[in-house]
Amino acid sequence: MSDSAPVTPEHPPVLDWVNDFDHTDPRWTEDPFPIWDELRAASPVVHTDRFLGCYMPTTYEAVKEIAYDTDHFSSRRVIVRDIRPEITNRAPPITSDPPEHKPAKQLLLPPFTPDAMKKLEPRVRAICNELIDGFIADGQCDAAARYTKHVPVRAIAHMLGIPEKDGDLFITWIHEILELGIKDDDILMKAVHEMTAYFAGHVAQRKNNLTDDLISTLMKARDKTGQPLSDDHVLGSLRLLLIAGIDTTWSAIGSSLWHLAKTPADRARLVKEPELMPTAIEELLRAYSPVTMAREVMKETVISGCPVKPGNMVLLSFPAANRDPAVFAEADKVVIDRQENRHAAFGLGIHRCVGSNLARMEMTVAIEEWLKRIPDFSLDPAGKVTWSEGTVRGPRQLPLLFKKAA
Amino acid sequence: MPGQLRIHVNQDKCQGHARCKSLAPELFDLDEYGNAHEVGDGTVPARLEDKAWLAKNNCPEIAIEVTEE
Repeated sequence: MSDSAPVTPEHPPVLDWVNDFDHTDPRWTEDPFPIWDELRAASPVVHTDRFLGCYMPTTYEAVKEIAYDTDHFSSRRVIVRDIRPEITNRAPPITSDPPEHKPAKQLLLPPFTPDAMKKLEPRVRAICNELIDGFIADGQCDAAARYTKHVPVRAIAHMLGIPEKDGDLFITWIHEILELGIKDDDILMKAVHEMTAYFAGHVAQRKNNLTDDLISTLMKARDKTGQPLSDDHVLGSLRLLLIAGIDTTWSAIGSSLWHLAKTPADRARLVKEPELMPTAIEELLRAYSPVTMAREVMKETVISGCPVKPGNMVLLSFPAANRDPAVFAEADKVVIDRQENRHAAFGLGIHRCVGSNLARMEMTVAIEEWLKRIPDFSLDPAGKVTWSEGTVRGPRQLPLLFKKAA
Repeated sequence: MPGQLRIHVNQDKCQGHARCKSLAPELFDLDEYGNAHEVGDGTVPARLEDKAWLAKNNCPEIAIEVTEE
């Protein structure tokens, strides 16, 4: 794991955040919230020439305007990078615009409803306890490496119908695609190629032996002319489900445990009032939203009074929107009993995260089970918390101390 | 009855966040795609009025209409 971004010619240190932001700068990685406050105070939309030109909306309103405007802002590119090669890897529906978007998305919605998640919940509770069994006697652990990383990996593998034990392979690919691959196209392409080959093997295995797992769901799908989906579509969607299902939720669970480790009052309250958990989960999602998306500007327009020109990307920061004081009272504080919380952690508009119910269930179960068995814990002063770089933000090292099991 | 609350989910705006179902399970149902609609004709029993407002105020898409009759 990278501890901090090496300075490259394309990435000199930032001297003027308002006119030259860089979300890969180590200071953003370490603590982005004051940076966003500075940007938001300057303008609802800021711009940098880095990344071949990129805007960032800083207010909830500007983020919402862009998310709702699929006409001027395309999802064909959803990651901001230093290079903009020809588009080869499509991952419906995240890279789809209307009209392709809706049928691709509808196909994936039924397996991810809250009712479907209720069926998966017992397995997730068992996974959490198996993981905790592995380190509880030690009195300390890197919760990122031993816990938060593995819960979503095993859960999504279970849903997809691939072996939970292949988890380490998935984690490597995700690191290569979402972190290292932002700046190194060779690493990105190799990981995508390997992941695609892996899924192609599983698709081949199921050709005459379909089950009710997610891979089979995609293979059984028919478009409106009765044709099966193309291989490209099936494999692209499978890559998306694996990537989207892991790094994101891992980050959210990790940020939540980090918060609880350093906030004894909130910990105590959740132990005493378990019925507060759903409200607390929404607040943790708001304050530590893991996912930032992107769009490509296709046509000139105006967002919150700011001109926006084609040829630029947009860093679509739902996390920054969620800290907008115009929308959220005490936006910079974690208020675990916050009553009004229409946060955008799972996006806004048609691209609302398909996995939002799964993510909520995993977060809730992972934190509930942790608190049941380890109600008292703190950040290890001898260790350092490090944060991921790139499009998804969460702790990648989270050294914690807790009482040894009796 | 004066002061009767009625809720309605705007189907064009609902994106399936399911916050309403979580906060006011008695008042909303989800379809097979996870999208919400009001139970029955959207009439809110007196004891559930607070939940109706909570659901409306937590919908990220502002898809829930609450009217007072």
